[in-house]
Amino acid sequence: MIETFYDVMRRQGITRRSFLKYCSLTAAAMGLGPSFAPKIAYAMETKPRIPVLWLHGLECTCCSESFIRSAHPLAKDVILSMISLDYDSLIMAAAGHQAESIIDEIIEKYKGNYILACEGNPGLDQDKTGGMSCIVGGKPFTDQLLRVAKDAKAIISWGSCASWGCVQAAKPNPTGATPIHKVPGIGNAPIIKVPGCPPIAEVMTGVVTYMLTFDRLPTLDRQGRPLMFYSQRIHDKCYRRSHFDAGQFVEKFDDEAARKGYCLYKMGCKGPTTYNACSTIRWNGGLSFPIQAGHPCIGCSEDGFWDKGSFYDRMTSIDHFGIEANADQVGIAATAAVGVGVAAHAAASAVKRAQQKGDQEQ
Amino acid sequence: MSIITTPNGYTLNNSGKRVVIDPVTRIEGHMRAEVNIDKNNIITNAVSSGTIWRGLEVILKGRDPRDAWAFVQRICGVCTGTHALTSVRSVEDALGINIPENANSIRNIMQLSLQVHDHLVHFYHLHALDWVNPVNALKADPRATSVLQQKTSPSHPNSSPGYFRDVQNRLKKFIESGQLGPFKNGYWSNPAYLLPPEADLMAVTHYLEALDFQKEIMKTRTIFGGKDTHPNWTVGGVPCPINMDGVGGVGGLNMVNMNQVHQILQDTKTFVENVYIPDILAIAKFYKGWTYGGGLSSQNVLAYGDIPDKANDYSASNLMMPRGAIINGNFNEIHEVDLRNPDEIQEFVPHSWYKYPNGAKGLHPWDGVTDPDFNVSSAKGSQQNIEELDENASYSWIKAPRWRGHAMEVGPLARYVIGYAQGHEYWTEQIDKILTDLDVPLEALFSTLGRTATRALEAQWAADQQLYFFDKLMTNIKNGDSSTHNGELWDPADWPSEAKGVGFTEAPRGALGHWIRIKDTKIENYQCVVPTTWNGSPRDEEGNIGAFEASLMHTKVERAEEPVEILRTLHSFDPCLACSTHVMTEEGEELTTVTTSPVGS
Repeated sequence: MIETFYDVMRRQGITRRSFLKYCSLTAAAMGLGPSFAPKIAYAMETKPRIPVLWLHGLECTCCSESFIRSAHPLAKDVILSMISLDYDSLIMAAAGHQAESIIDEIIEKYKGNYILACEGNPGLDQDKTGGMSCIVGGKPFTDQLLRVAKDAKAIISWGSCASWGCVQAAKPNPTGATPIHKVPGIGNAPIIKVPGCPPIAEVMTGVVTYMLTFDRLPTLDRQGRPLMFYSQRIHDKCYRRSHFDAGQFVEKFDDEAARKGYCLYKMGCKGPTTYNACSTIRWNGGLSFPIQAGHPCIGCSEDGFWDKGSFYDRMTSIDHFGIEANADQVGIAATAAVGVGVAAHAAASAVKRAQQKGDQEQ
Repeated sequence: MSIITTPNGYTLNNSGKRVVIDPVTRIEGHMRAEVNIDKNNIITNAVSSGTIWRGLEVILKGRDPRDAWAFVQRICGVCTGTHALTSVRSVEDALGINIPENANSIRNIMQLSLQVHDHLVHFYHLHALDWVNPVNALKADPRATSVLQQKTSPSHPNSSPGYFRDVQNRLKKFIESGQLGPFKNGYWSNPAYLLPPEADLMAVTHYLEALDFQKEIMKTRTIFGGKDTHPNWTVGGVPCPINMDGVGGVGGLNMVNMNQVHQILQDTKTFVENVYIPDILAIAKFYKGWTYGGGLSSQNVLAYGDIPDKANDYSASNLMMPRGAIINGNFNEIHEVDLRNPDEIQEFVPHSWYKYPNGAKGLHPWDGVTDPDFNVSSAKGSQQNIEELDENASYSWIKAPRWRGHAMEVGPLARYVIGYAQGHEYWTEQIDKILTDLDVPLEALFSTLGRTATRALEAQWAADQQLYFFDKLMTNIKNGDSSTHNGELWDPADWPSEAKGVGFTEAPRGALGHWIRIKDTKIENYQCVVPTTWNGSPRDEEGNIGAFEASLMHTKVERAEEPVEILRTLHSFDPCLACSTHVMTEEGEELTTVTTSPVGS
């Protein structure tokens, strides 16, 4: 249970009189009349919204952009009513030291009771970039990250940058970009990875609201991803799966098969090795997902997806028959099986189909 | 301490009090600004520093050119897609690939929807708090806001006193909680805020309305590209097939999802016209006396042009956004811009954290080099704790691009200045109307407010052009052409052993170019020069200051410790710093050498 702000102040030996004075000053600082002071005092004596410090490292901000596209709940409601987004350099009014001082304040007041939401990762290279490929307040972003991580209740690693390293960590990783869980000194706060480039908006808000609703972390797989969203492959739930099984494949963009919505496996689709919710929850309020719009999945929620060959190279190794295999089992060995198996399976399906057709004709 | 006059006409005096803002918030990426102010609180010297570098160009080397769009798309998730479009155009230019008309229309709708979305989100969620005071909105009488709303925008349905009272109550509850979230530590008692409470309440209400609505705008991109942020693109056309009446039509672009696209485009136009444009006018009326921030815009502006009407023709006459350069404030002469000419666009690094080999000075992007070389030894502080930068040494991860040696401003204001000078019919009408409505002269355009206003005008224009391309797309389909992709040169086996190309767009933040060299079917060299590289550039060889720095000069700040005015002007450019990533290698060298510029889009 989170202590109220008032509890914290009392615990630190601050008198009620001083507390009320603080409330008056806060009201005055905001240019509000004295009548607001008791209202602020009341709020501080009751349960606060959980503070969230949303940090930005080496990244492209696609995670934040995805977050604000959430259809349910609306980003507006998350920010105004569910959490207290006290630091997020993307949208906060304050800048410079007024922004940075918020971090110290939150750490002090809510030690162990705030969430670190991290978008992006730190560049640890010291050689060419002096550890300064990402600078905040004149210092390496790494400093800010470690400071906030130390006393966080939990860390959410938003997106593939924070979870795996993503594009700046693709070979040869010139900045030494390092995912959050591998940053030396990151501490012991539990880390929830929400990978994807970006993650699906409703998955992002779903993870946050799960934590608020149940007052616990979501169940994670061995790689630290919420099981409910990342335990099955896109291929497992793809609406084009029947065409895969039937051996009906798109051979090139805009061919007859593409127009009919056949399987994109031969176009390089990484759905068979990608753990994500795209084919079920879909994107932007359940509207579509890449395969539905005719492009093969590029596997953007998988570790190191940038370095697994061209997005248009047909995968030669799919653990195809391991439908029951979970993320833990597949994990590292994911791409180590059976191109032949796929072809054989597809062929077998086609034969079966032909037989059935034959049966019908008879 | 020194006083110098730059070749582009600015007298820089760094003797006064130094004010440091790091981080500059409400931007994409990471940025630092330092200014000196004199005893009257006037800015006499400005230093802008890009504080992020990611190295994407190094990473692209040796990759499949058909994959490049996905890598460079991750330069920026705010202007998501514009780098991808620029990339596929560069590859198509290199290989001589023509795309179908339908693909051109779909790409244009996607690019224009980005313009609208990016501009709208920028204004309300990154920029508005420089003009609008949410705490002051609590003092408003909702009835007065209702009257103001109905006067400002009579056709917007959300205008009743009860509606504004509900929003105000929610805001009150939020602020009374003492947990101010994004509004915490804002500068709410600063006299730089000029709106009356009822206008503040209207603007805050629209902050929330826009936050709800923006997610609708991008749904067209989800239909065409499968997801947003970061929809899918492809070299040779677009990945989504059209199937209006055949077997499996439900899986392609069909009547149902085209109807949805059309609905979104109409709603977008309505929102921009009912909310965004009227708000800009309403807010500008209170701030039109605040004329700071023009910087380079009245002198040197640059645009590459974009939105090809017909597919595959990138000549200026076929582009619906203008191309050209204006220098030294001579609006009677609009110079041609050639992205292939080695003497036109060049990048310099004497004040950037990079080094060039063999004393090279300006390099054209096809021959660019980026070799990171972080060093702040002459700054105050230490290597990993910068207190004050030394602008006479290297001070930014951004390079200094120059057009024929000139520092240039790019972006909506630059585009509108060029369009106005060229007589772009739609834009001229818009400009004349807004100047009349505000009762200000043309010169008022060259300002922070002018930048913010032209961005809104451009959103209005883009919302209209989306509908034009929707009609064009449907007409073409009706005429029997359903093609969306040209796969003739899809197979790398059919490519020449060497090729080079350039792709360009007008990103929301300004002129964007990608230069590619392909060798033996792989990327040999890839260079991006992005809008924020232009606008946020540090000083060059000659000492010219860039657009950010120029725009801050001579501004009066109300309170030295509260950088409202500095944020206001920097935000008017919509800085995008994640793009400060450009890296590539010299031929044959290992990745110790990295090419080209940082920052932006």
